[in-house]
Amino acid sequence: MSSSGLDIGGPILEMHDLGMRFGGVAALQSVDYSVPVGIIQAVIGPNGAGKTTLFNCISGMLEPTDGSIVFDGRGIVGLAPHRIAESGIARTFQHVALFKKMTVLENVMLGRHPRSRSGFFATGLRWPGMRREEKLIREKAFEYLDLVGLAQCAGVEAGTLPLGKQKILEIARALATEPRIVLLDEPAGGLNMKETEELGELIQAVRGRGVTVMLVEHDMNLIMEISDRILVLHYGQVLASGTPSEIKDNGAVIEAYLGEEGQE
Amino acid sequence: MGTDFFQYVVSGLTIGAIYAMVAIGYNIIYSVTEIINFAQGEFVMLGGLFAVFFAGPLHLPLYLAFVCAVALTGCVGLAMDRFVIGQARNTSVLSLIIITIAVSIILKGSAMLWWGKDPYSLPAFSSGGPIKIAGVSIQPQALWIIGICTLVVVGLTLFFRKSIYGKAMLACADNPNAARLAGIPVRYMVFLSFILSAAIGAAAGVIITPVSMMEYDRGALLGLKGFGAAALGGLGQFFGALVAGILLGLAESLCAGYLSSGYKDAVALVLLLLALFLKPEGLFGSSEAAKLKRF
Amino acid sequence: MGRKNWLVLLGAALFISVFPWLVTPFKAVSHYVDVMVFAGIFSLVSIGLSLLMGYAGQISLAQAAFFGIGAYTSGILTSKFGVNPWIAMPAGMVVCAAVAWLVGMPALRLKGHYLAMATLGFGVIVNIVFAEEVNWTGGPSGMVDIPGLRIAGHKINSEFAWYYLVWGTVFLALIFCFHLLQSRVGRALRAIHEEEKAAESVGVPTARYKVRVFILGAVLAAIAGSLYTHYVTCLNPSSFNLMWSMKFMLMVMVGGMQSLWGALVGTILMTFVGNEWLQVFAELEILVYGMILLVVALFLPGGIVSLPSWRPRRKKPAAVVGDA
Repeated sequence: MSSSGLDIGGPILEMHDLGMRFGGVAALQSVDYSVPVGIIQAVIGPNGAGKTTLFNCISGMLEPTDGSIVFDGRGIVGLAPHRIAESGIARTFQHVALFKKMTVLENVMLGRHPRSRSGFFATGLRWPGMRREEKLIREKAFEYLDLVGLAQCAGVEAGTLPLGKQKILEIARALATEPRIVLLDEPAGGLNMKETEELGELIQAVRGRGVTVMLVEHDMNLIMEISDRILVLHYGQVLASGTPSEIKDNGAVIEAYLGEEGQE
Repeated sequence: MGTDFFQYVVSGLTIGAIYAMVAIGYNIIYSVTEIINFAQGEFVMLGGLFAVFFAGPLHLPLYLAFVCAVALTGCVGLAMDRFVIGQARNTSVLSLIIITIAVSIILKGSAMLWWGKDPYSLPAFSSGGPIKIAGVSIQPQALWIIGICTLVVVGLTLFFRKSIYGKAMLACADNPNAARLAGIPVRYMVFLSFILSAAIGAAAGVIITPVSMMEYDRGALLGLKGFGAAALGGLGQFFGALVAGILLGLAESLCAGYLSSGYKDAVALVLLLLALFLKPEGLFGSSEAAKLKRF
Repeated sequence: MGRKNWLVLLGAALFISVFPWLVTPFKAVSHYVDVMVFAGIFSLVSIGLSLLMGYAGQISLAQAAFFGIGAYTSGILTSKFGVNPWIAMPAGMVVCAAVAWLVGMPALRLKGHYLAMATLGFGVIVNIVFAEEVNWTGGPSGMVDIPGLRIAGHKINSEFAWYYLVWGTVFLALIFCFHLLQSRVGRALRAIHEEEKAAESVGVPTARYKVRVFILGAVLAAIAGSLYTHYVTCLNPSSFNLMWSMKFMLMVMVGGMQSLWGALVGTILMTFVGNEWLQVFAELEILVYGMILLVVALFLPGGIVSLPSWRPRRKKPAAVVGDA
C-alpha cells in the first residue's frame, strides 16, 4: 500500500505554534502541523531535533510552553497524561518502559485501564460486576496479544522477553487502550531486519484497524516503505513535510541529514 | 505590645538562628549528595551532650569543650558516611530515607544509654546578667548564638562560592560523573560534606544548650524544624535557610507568647507543611531547578 | 500469586486459630495470647503501610498518627458522648479517611524526601494536639475509663474473645487487600511502583491512586486504633508518637515490604521482640530497633519473606523500591 493513492481525511491531531523551552533552550519552536486521520505519519530528524519532546508534549508528559495541541477538535494542553490516554492517545517509549516484573498478559491488561472502572471498594470486596469486568479485561488483553503474536508468552515475566518482543509488547499495551492515535517512539530501535519487517506489517495492520499511527524512527527504509506522510524536524522546527517521495527529493532535508552524518 | 513583643522577637531570633544552622546542615549534605539526612537533628543533640560531657565530667574549659564536641560529632558524621551511607550506594530514595532514619534511631538510642533520660545544661559562654535595652532583657548567650550563626552563614557562603573546594563540592551534586571526570575526588567530597554538616549541627547544639538544656530525644523535633527552615528557604540555599530559620523562630516565639505555649512546636511544623504543599521549591529556590532535581 | 496465596492464607488462618489452644496450657507462655492481640491490632496498621510502601512506593511516617486519630475518636465518642463503640469505630474511619485525604492530596504530589518529611511533620503535629487538647483527650496524663466492646449485649472481656475478634478483622482486611491487589486496581498500583511514566501513559491516574492507598492505610489504622482503645480502655499520646510510626515502618521492613505476608510476619515478630524479649533490656530498646532497621535496610531489603531466595549482596541491589 503506497501513499500516492491515499484518500486523506480531516485532521485528527493539530499542533498550532507549538513551542517547548527548557530554560534557555528551545526544544520545539513554532511547530504548526496537522496529522490527517487514519494515516501512518512519520516524524524524522537528526538527533536532538525535538521528536521525542513532541511526543512528550502530545501525550501530556510535558506541558508545552507555547501554542496549543488539538486532538479530535479538543484542546489537550494542560490535561494530565492519564486524561490524555483516556481521550484516545496511546504511546510507547524510546527506552522500553514495560512493567518488567509483571507478566506479559498483565502488561496488556493494564492497557485496559482506561476502558474499565472498578475501584478500590469494588475490587477489594469482589463485587459481581467487578468479576465480570476482570474476565472481560483478560479476554480483551488476549485479543491484543493475538494481534501482535505474543499470546504464547502470556504468562512470562515481561522483563525476560528479548528486546524485540518487548517492543512489540509495548505496542500491544498501547493498542489495548483502544486509542484513536498511537505514538510509537523508535519502535524499530534495536530490532534486526526480520523483526523490523514484521514490525512494519504490524504497524500497517494497526492502521488497517482505523488507528492513526505517528512514529518517530531512524530506519529510513522502514519509513519510506510504510509511511503516508513524513514530518521533518530540525532544531525543533518544521523543516519539511509531505509524502515520502516528496521528502526524498527535498534539498533542505538532504542537507540536514548530510550535515548530521558529516558530524558523526 | 511594647516590651513583651520585643522580648518575644529576641527569643525568636535566637531560636531561629539555631534552626537556620540545622537547615544549613541539611543543605550541605543535600548540595553534595542530594540526600536528605534524617539524622541531622541527632547531630545537634550529640553536640550539646558531648559538650556537657567535656565541660562536666572532664572539666575542660568551655571553649575547649565546644571545639571537642564539634570535632567529635564531626567524627560521628564521618563514621555515618563511611560505614553506612557508603554501603548504600545506588539504592533508591526510599532505602536512603529508611537508612538515615535508622541511623537517627541508633544515635538517639546510644545517647539514651550513655546519658539517660535527664536533660543537661551548660554554663553560658560569657558570665554576667542579661543586658537591658529599653526594658527588653537580652541574655548574652543570645548574642553568642546570633553571632555564631551569622559567622557560619557568611563563612559557608564564601566557602561554596569562592573556594575551589566549595565549588568542587557543589559540582558533585550537579553531576557526579562529570565531576569525577574533571578530577574531583567525589568520594572525598561526600564525606567532607558529612563531617561539615555534623559539625555545624553540633555547634548549634552546643550554643543552644545553655539556653534550653539538652536531652537524648530532642534531635527529631530540632531536625524537623530545621528541615522546615531548609525547605522554606529552598533546599541548598544558604541565605534562604537563614531567613527561613529566623521566620520560623519568630513565628514560634510569637505564637508561644500570644497564643498558646503548648502549640508553639506545632507552628513551625504547620509552616513546614504549608511550605511543602504550596511552594515545594521554597521561597528562594527556583521552580525550574526543582523540576530537574532527582528526588 | 493466586492459588498459592490462598493456600498460605488458609494455613495462616489455621495456625492463628489454634494458637491460643497451643499456648494456654503452658504457664510461661499463656500470656502470648495477649501479646498476639496487640500483634493483630498492629498488623492492621502495618498492612496499610505495606500497601503504601511496597505497592505504591511511597513512604509514610504518619501511620501512628492515624492509629491515634482512630483511637481517640473512638475513645472520645464513647466515653464523653456515650456513643456505641460499634458506631464510634466507623466514625473514626471516616475521620481518618477525611484527614488522610486532606493531607494526602498535596503531600503525595511531593517526591521521596519531601513526602517522608511532610508525613513526619504531620505525625508530630497530631501528637501535639493529643497532648494539648486536655479537655478532650486528657492530655499527657491520658484518658481512662473507656468502655469495652459488647456483642449482642455480652461484654467481650476474655482475652480469647478479643483474640478471635482482632484476628478475624485482620484476616478480613488481608482478604480485602489481596482481592484488591489481584485486580485492576492492584495491577495499577504495581505499575505505578515499577514504571510511573508508563502507568500514566496507559491511563492510570497515578496521583489519585497514591492518595487512595494512603487513605486505605489510614482507614485500616483507624480500625486498629478503635480496637486498641476498647481493648486497653485507656489512651496516652505516647502510644501514637513518632517512635511508633518508625516502629510500624520497622515492622514492615523486617517482614518485607513487597508482600502483605511480610507485614504480618514482621509485625508479629517485632511485637514479641518489643513486648517480651526487649523488656529485659528496656534501656536498649531504641538502640536495638535502630540496629535492626539499619541491618535490614542495608542487607536484607526484601525482609524476612525474601530469605528463601536470599543471596549474598549483589552489586546492584534488586530494584526493591522505585523512585518514590
